[in-house]
Amino acid sequence: MISPGLAIALSIAAPLAGFFAVWALGKFENLREAATLAAGVVLLALTLTVFVAVGAGERPGYRLFEVIDGLTISFRAEPLGAMFAVVASALWIVNSVYSIGYMRGHREKHQTRFYMCFAIAIGSAMGVAYAENLFTLFVFYEILTLSTFPLVTHKGDAAARNGGRIYLGILMGTSIGLLLPAIIWTASLTGTTDFVDGGILARASEATKPIAGFLMALFAFGVGKAALMPAHGWLPNAMVAPTPVSAFLHAVAVVKAGVFALLKIAIYIFGLDFMRESGAGAPIVWIAGGSILLASAIAMHRDNLKARLAYSTVSQLAYVTLGAMLATSMGAMGGAMQIAMHAAGKMTLFMCAGAIYVATHKTLVSEMNGLGRTMPYTFGAFALGAASIVGLPPMGGSWPKFFLMLGAADASQLAMIVVLIVSSLLNVVYLMSIPIRAFYGGEAGNGPTSIKEAPLLCVAPPVFTAAVAFTLFFMADLLYDYLAPIVGG
Amino acid sequence: MFSVLEFAVERYNYWIVIILMMTGLYTVITRGNLIKKMIGLNLFQTSVFIFYITIGKVSGGTAPIYVAGDMEKLAGVKEGAHGPPASDGASSDNEASLHGSVQPTPNRLDGGANVRDGASLHEPPADANSANTLNGSAADSLPDIEGAPYGSGAVIDTVYSNPLPSVLILTAIVVGIATTAVGLALAVRIREAYGSIEEDELLAADDLAEFGAATNSDGAAR
Amino acid sequence: MNVIEQLPVIPVIALLVAAPVTILLPNGATGRTPYLWATLVSWAAFAACVKLLATVAETGPVSYSIGDWAPPIGIEYRIDLANALVLTLVSGIAALVAPFSLPSVRSEIDLRQINLFYSAFLICLLGLLGVTITGDAFNVFVFLEISSLSTYALIALGARTDRRALTASFNYLIMGTIGATFFVIGLGLLYQATGTLNMADIKIKAADAAGIGMIEAGLAFIIVGIGLKAAMFPMHLWMPNAYAYAPSAVTAFIAAASTKVAVYVIIRFVYSVIGSEFAFVQAALTYILMPLGIAGMFFASLVAFFQADVKRMLAYSSIGQIGYMLLGIGLATKAGLAASLVHLFNHGLMKGALFMAVACVALRVGGRSVDAFRGLARRMPFTASAFIFSGLSLVGVPLTVGFISKWTLVTASFGADKPWAAFLIVASSLIAVAYVGRLIEIILLREAPTTGPFAGPVREAPLSMLIPLWTLVAANVYFGLDTDLTVNLATRAAEALVSVSGLPR
Repeated sequence: MISPGLAIALSIAAPLAGFFAVWALGKFENLREAATLAAGVVLLALTLTVFVAVGAGERPGYRLFEVIDGLTISFRAEPLGAMFAVVASALWIVNSVYSIGYMRGHREKHQTRFYMCFAIAIGSAMGVAYAENLFTLFVFYEILTLSTFPLVTHKGDAAARNGGRIYLGILMGTSIGLLLPAIIWTASLTGTTDFVDGGILARASEATKPIAGFLMALFAFGVGKAALMPAHGWLPNAMVAPTPVSAFLHAVAVVKAGVFALLKIAIYIFGLDFMRESGAGAPIVWIAGGSILLASAIAMHRDNLKARLAYSTVSQLAYVTLGAMLATSMGAMGGAMQIAMHAAGKMTLFMCAGAIYVATHKTLVSEMNGLGRTMPYTFGAFALGAASIVGLPPMGGSWPKFFLMLGAADASQLAMIVVLIVSSLLNVVYLMSIPIRAFYGGEAGNGPTSIKEAPLLCVAPPVFTAAVAFTLFFMADLLYDYLAPIVGG
Repeated sequence: MFSVLEFAVERYNYWIVIILMMTGLYTVITRGNLIKKMIGLNLFQTSVFIFYITIGKVSGGTAPIYVAGDMEKLAGVKEGAHGPPASDGASSDNEASLHGSVQPTPNRLDGGANVRDGASLHEPPADANSANTLNGSAADSLPDIEGAPYGSGAVIDTVYSNPLPSVLILTAIVVGIATTAVGLALAVRIREAYGSIEEDELLAADDLAEFGAATNSDGAAR
Repeated sequence: MNVIEQLPVIPVIALLVAAPVTILLPNGATGRTPYLWATLVSWAAFAACVKLLATVAETGPVSYSIGDWAPPIGIEYRIDLANALVLTLVSGIAALVAPFSLPSVRSEIDLRQINLFYSAFLICLLGLLGVTITGDAFNVFVFLEISSLSTYALIALGARTDRRALTASFNYLIMGTIGATFFVIGLGLLYQATGTLNMADIKIKAADAAGIGMIEAGLAFIIVGIGLKAAMFPMHLWMPNAYAYAPSAVTAFIAAASTKVAVYVIIRFVYSVIGSEFAFVQAALTYILMPLGIAGMFFASLVAFFQADVKRMLAYSSIGQIGYMLLGIGLATKAGLAASLVHLFNHGLMKGALFMAVACVALRVGGRSVDAFRGLARRMPFTASAFIFSGLSLVGVPLTVGFISKWTLVTASFGADKPWAAFLIVASSLIAVAYVGRLIEIILLREAPTTGPFAGPVREAPLSMLIPLWTLVAANVYFGLDTDLTVNLATRAAEALVSVSGLPR
């Protein structure tokens, strides 16, 4: 058994090794894919090691090196990060299996480059998860952006270039223009960028209080990956990417890295108490609430399935942001749980969308009438995933909504409870309508006789994640206990 | 009595310098002909040479060369001077003492001292002794005889101009000639390449070369 | 008299001897002899500079009296950390550009002129090192003109590929000479006020010189004069054409080295010749250098975005980056000064690598317009990736030197209680994201041209070019991780400059 500290370092190194293995084996497809999967399995084992150690109360760390005095690339696992790492690495395996089916099914070009970028991306997601300070987080956050850029523009046509330009433009623009100054400002106010229980700004001088709100806004919009409106534009535009990439962006790593970073900033940089005292998060609460409703409303009007899911993600991410900004322990707990639960649910939905596309080449919701009868597994999984996103028991997604409402009540933000309820109703309308249409809708125009269920490699993964989303409902108390230390419980 | 006019007239050397300088700059900026530009540039540089030379000049002063009489006087003084007579100007402790002895003398021959006292630049210093006190940097030409005497109040009748600015400007003149040579060589090459040394014609030729394809085809169509 | 004692003068003397020798060397059929000679000499100069840096870092400033005439009467070479850092950068860039240059030079310059080219290259290096190393104000002028004159010649050598090199060089000559003459006027005024030309001595005497007006005027002339050489906005007009039409290897060298030396001279005169304890110096920093720096940052970056010629684009980007350095100086704090020095060093690394990559493209694809970069990732993967890495460094992506620059600059802005400056810095670097991103997109995602001048099969650049290029790219990453040399030394250098100069913080 390796020590958890080393496991952290290795969980950054394993995908890197995978990167080189994929590169070296580029000519031999089967070996190349085997390397990707092997890296995934090793990675999951490593993150589980860390997860268990953190659960036992340890806070393992690994210090890579010091860049400038007091500015180190170093890692330290705490429950939130350990959970995020496990979720991401587990879903990455699923996603890899799915990618293999999808990419081969579509005979995509440049597959080696594709898997190489994927490996770097998951490695940097691990870096974000285990970052001990804002600086390390920022470094890996940027690597994540850059390594996913070739994935987003994989098709290489004009639409992909345009989507890629917006993707890179918004993510780099917000991170360099807002997040970086926010980090440096924090560093110059407090003399450190470390994540510390109770927050570092809380311990800084009184002078930080007046600017706390401004600083929080810089962080909230600077973490463009959290897709808080109006910095969400990259997410729908990144839909030009192949479906496995969309799944990776929406469920596995990218947006999760964003909201995860926001949660960590709220809890460990500001500190929930300091946020309440200074009211730093209050304006963002309203922006997040608006984001939830507006994105749901837009999603209802999107006929393209992936676009609808994209706006659903924008809405769901704002839940996490809301949880962080409420600055109550229940709110933060709800936000943290939402990261895991939404990952499982949204992953399912995206892989279903990909499976539908592989099997039928249909992308519009209005064309899906009656498809459920020929593709029962795909749409069955879709229904479960959607139920989880909506927050219907007995799916895992119901818990975060519950905790978020508790958090909103604690913060006396009754309006936010209304927002959450309305949002759930909207979710029902735009998500649950799809499987209903598929199972009970009339025949889809010209006979779907040629349509069969998608290939096994495309169907098995969403069915699996749907099952996970279901199981998570019964494991919520374990998760609650595990995450309790982050909110001082 | 102090008046603006007096203030201005006293500094007539500055006026000459400024007028020359502006003439040069004006020529550089407004003339399109590359050779004329070079002439303007030379004029501009010359004004700076004159500026340097005038700040080193003391009216009535001669070139800083010791005549026979001075040497005897100095030799006489040296006997009574405190400290050992300096014979090797390059030895560093001697330099230090030299420097130290120069420092406190109030009215150095560096122009700046004169001007800030409100005195005319060209008025010979009242005290010929202090006029001899070449400033630190200038002193390197005469290190071995002036080591001791100034601190002990030796008296030499001759007034010297500060040679250092002239030396500096010799260097600058060399640089200026080199610049002119390179500039003229470039002008020759430009003439070979473009067939002109008029700036507007050069620009027109470049534009034609860059966007020429379009203009030419238009011309052919007509 | 051992070698170590003579170390400070070695880079200058060696080059002074080596440069004329280069002219005598035979070109042969390939020009290899002068090339190898220049490479060897530049390596020797680099070795001496590294040794100097190590000595200075360990034992403190080194002073060397030319001809054993002690300062302030004799000419002094005085090396402290600030100029040791610049010396190392300049000679290091030369030591990489020299081995890099031959294929590029041979394709762009007449074979008969190759020994003259290398001679001019060494003289240019000599001038730049001399400016940096000397402790005598007038000496700065002399060396500045030595380097400028050889630069005019080097730029004009580009005439074989594009005759506009001649007019670019002529314009640079006019502007450069005006700048140098302004500088001399400034020196004259300083001399008149203080009666000395030794930098340290001016500092001492300026403190109790009553003729403050003369020092003020002197500083103004010096800043304008050197500002012209440094391409400080709005005195940058000579620069884009000079960079664009000079032979590619020359651009790589002067872009990385010569403007940096000019910025160093500004720092030197502001802090350790005149001293920032004067109110007027503070005012000049706050109300002249900083606004001009900021204006340059935005103006030049915006113009860069619209350039069709990659060399011109990078030239405008350089003007913008000079703006960062001026902003750092203008903050008038120790941290700002250190940030400025760090960026000076780092920007030399980035721009050197970028222009080297452009030189590789110019050699193989045959052009330097944006079109020549289409599909480069597949045509010349190593050159393309080198360009992308150094481009990201220019943007300031973490783990590169550009990020270190940005971090220290922004930290310094917050430290100086000027948060708005921090936001201006990041805002202008967003423009850099745009123009670098545009090019990266073209390199990665566009198909290689199939018609026009850049069509046809393209080979990767030769190894003799790729190795120096990648060495510089590696330096971009290495100094982005290990900042011992840059940040720590620059901070110490800034401390030394400021402690002489009595600055807050």
